[in-house]
Amino acid sequence: MTKKLVVVGNGMAPGKVLETLFETAPGQFDVTIFNAEPRVNYNRIMLSPVLSGESKYEDIIIHDEAWYEANNVTLHAGEKVVSIDRENKTVRSDGGVIEGYDNLLIATGSTPFIIPVPGHDLPGVLAYRDLDDVNKMLNAAAKGGRAVVIGGGLLGLEAAAGLKLRGMDVTVIHLMPTLMERQLDPAAGYLLEKELSSRGIDIRTGANTKEIYGDGKVEGVRLEDGTEIDASIVVMAVGIRPSAQLAKDAGLDVNRGILVDCQMRTSDPDIYSVGECVEFEGNCYGLVAPLYEQARICARALTNDAEAAFAHAETSTKLKVTGVDLFSAGDFADGEGRDEIVFRDPAQGIYKRLVLQDNRLIGAVLYGETADGAWFFDKIKKGEEIDADERATLIFGQNFAGGSPLDPMAAVAALPDEAEICGCNGISKGQILNAIDKNELTDLQGVRQCTKASSSCGTCTGLVESLLALKLGDAFDASAKKTVCDCTEFGNDEVRRLIIAKELKSIPAVMQELGWKTSCGCAKCRPALNFYLLASWPGEYVDDNQSRFINERVHANIQKDGTYSVVPRAWGGVTTAAELRAVADVVDKYDIPMVKYTGGQRIDMLGVKKEDLPGVWADLNAAGMVSGHAYGKSLRTVKTCVGSEWCRVGTQDSTGLGIKLEKLMWGSWTPHKVKLAVSGCPRNCAEATCKDIGVVCVDSGYQIHIAGAAGMEVRATDHLTTVTTEEEAIEMCAAVLQAYREQGFYLERIYKWTARIGGAEKVHELIVDDVENRKALFERFKYAQQFSQDDPWAERASGKVDAHEFKTLELVE
Amino acid sequence: MDGMAPFERWFDICELSDIPVRGSRRLEKDGMKIAIFRTSDDRVYAVENSCAHKGGPLSEGIVHDCAVTCPLHNWVYDLSTGKAQGGDEGQIRTFPAEVRDGGRVHLRLAMAS
Repeated sequence: MTKKLVVVGNGMAPGKVLETLFETAPGQFDVTIFNAEPRVNYNRIMLSPVLSGESKYEDIIIHDEAWYEANNVTLHAGEKVVSIDRENKTVRSDGGVIEGYDNLLIATGSTPFIIPVPGHDLPGVLAYRDLDDVNKMLNAAAKGGRAVVIGGGLLGLEAAAGLKLRGMDVTVIHLMPTLMERQLDPAAGYLLEKELSSRGIDIRTGANTKEIYGDGKVEGVRLEDGTEIDASIVVMAVGIRPSAQLAKDAGLDVNRGILVDCQMRTSDPDIYSVGECVEFEGNCYGLVAPLYEQARICARALTNDAEAAFAHAETSTKLKVTGVDLFSAGDFADGEGRDEIVFRDPAQGIYKRLVLQDNRLIGAVLYGETADGAWFFDKIKKGEEIDADERATLIFGQNFAGGSPLDPMAAVAALPDEAEICGCNGISKGQILNAIDKNELTDLQGVRQCTKASSSCGTCTGLVESLLALKLGDAFDASAKKTVCDCTEFGNDEVRRLIIAKELKSIPAVMQELGWKTSCGCAKCRPALNFYLLASWPGEYVDDNQSRFINERVHANIQKDGTYSVVPRAWGGVTTAAELRAVADVVDKYDIPMVKYTGGQRIDMLGVKKEDLPGVWADLNAAGMVSGHAYGKSLRTVKTCVGSEWCRVGTQDSTGLGIKLEKLMWGSWTPHKVKLAVSGCPRNCAEATCKDIGVVCVDSGYQIHIAGAAGMEVRATDHLTTVTTEEEAIEMCAAVLQAYREQGFYLERIYKWTARIGGAEKVHELIVDDVENRKALFERFKYAQQFSQDDPWAERASGKVDAHEFKTLELVE
Repeated sequence: MDGMAPFERWFDICELSDIPVRGSRRLEKDGMKIAIFRTSDDRVYAVENSCAHKGGPLSEGIVHDCAVTCPLHNWVYDLSTGKAQGGDEGQIRTFPAEVRDGGRVHLRLAMAS
């Protein structure tokens, strides 16, 4: 007996159900399809190639009209089903068509999520879902101009690449710090961003859309930080939500999607559902593989195959942008008992990461070389055990499988003498071995000096070290080199140099290009990299707050009991009655247990609860006080004595100079903390000669001192030079600070930096003798400062920055 | 749910996006201080917010991979096991936490006392 099957929706999932039905149970069903879109079934995944011009609509049709005819399918194209009458088992469309059913299949798919920002309903705001959307984009592209794509996920990036190929200028706005964060880890996200940027697509990560503006149509997008981007169209590709309204109105059980059992049956046993509208065991699906699986199961269930059962399974992702090879599958998160195998080839832009648990492959991310994606995915799905031998070469993929494990030393030994080791300087293996012999070299530094190998970009450092080890055996100790941390082979000097030489401008960029051994660094290297990038690229690098130590993240000093201390700036150690009154009021209002004067002529409020910090700051701000950065690797205090203004022996206005120095330097991030002092005469009441930088005023001018210490080590300063005017003194001090910012290793105080580069004589050479260099340093310092002198307290007291830090979560019972 | 100890249940805590990537949020339940972490790959972990060494608030530490470094004296904990890493020996309580489909963070805790 023929049963009457009515299908709501004509997408890929119901198409697959019917295909399977007609194949396995021909003639059993009399099928009627309602389709809101006036088209036959086409391959929605291939819309991106249609957008980019690499395919045509005709190429992506799955079932043409002949197919419907051959299978006796009635297709109501352009008829949208508006209600289901479950009692009488009929459906009705908006055009008034009524059909009865024995079985109903709901495949209403999903609707694009539109962020409800002001202007989201302006003409020119598009989604990316069906052929109509593609046609609208193509029309817009024909007129040129800029497209803004909101959303840096799979769909958004495909749309962006397509529109770019169609000749539009394209900007992608993405809320998260790296692209496709659901499918890729940050390292692969960085490579993708680099590739798309090199194609001229403007990528803005960590950017939040505030509104879409325009008079009657889209004219541009405004971001939360005030940036405006002109646009003739805006494509929203931030996600999808299941279209479950029809099912809900019919009284079926619906959560986020239409709830189905493992046979794809809804809460009404005569009604089935497949596709993006479905929710199964808490999961909704948007990728084609699980949806086709649902369809096959549904077809079997419709023909009463009791064994058919859908099960949640891992999925894999590929981006359909020509020339971009990326693949991810399974679960590639870190976790207990999991370990990772990371392979990076910075020169080729390749990154591969495999995640294993209990000797089984459970996840993979590949970028730049994805030929083994399917092979890895198969291993993930099968969950077969991977033994130690196989594991050693697993990352090299299928072709290598079964080969003998690679010993890096053996690989280097096997290279012919003429093999090029250093591509930058054209140095071969033979040349390096000769140099080691001839000059009795024992370390990397020696090889660099004699041959120039590894002295430019530095990426061949590992190979050169292997050659040293090969030649010298145990006499060579690579670990003698002090690296930034265990995540890298590079030392601080190399990392700083390479950040500039290779123009690396983000933490993932540094980690990829310098072959970091971990996927996201550690508590040692991340703060160092954050500082190096900030100091190297002022105004360009976006500070990564999560790579900062807590004190710098919340702009207060953590104490042993988890409370914080708050130290406002007292310029040159000077305060006023109004400021003192405000401090007293704050102490009362927030019940602050202790107030103390610091060694740097400031007031310290101790024992402030984290939640109270924004309120404390707001009150101090209101009295004109700003952060004293008493918590940072940054300019701390500029201590002064009262000088010629009051003191009977003062020679110059030391207080005034101290205030000028502090106003110039505050907010500046440095390798370690920096303390200054200005004394008004050689009696030195401000103790300037044990500071990082000290000024001692004398009758004839200003002595500039550097490299003092009064901590674990005590060290009197070295006298750098004496200058005659206040302006010269300021320039000299700022130039020293900037040189330290550019050369210092993270957590290296000025006195250690000075000793490392060759003592005060060397600094004298660089800054006193070389006038041009001094002036350039001073200019670079002033340039960098324009980006660092916003009071971090005011930003946070306003509630607009990092509000999450200061609020605890509430448990709703 | 299978295997759940008596008097415990899952609590719906917040959106995943309420926790910064490689960051944390704090929570208090019947006097127990809890830190919830989000790793760079969007996993969530909840632990007792107190270092086994000197009680430092782990929520304030730097998160790297599946670990956090205590802000007071740099003890490093594996967030999934609560075990101190490296040369340090210590164990802190962990609480089951997960992101349910749809991006809500759920946490399993004792029921209201």
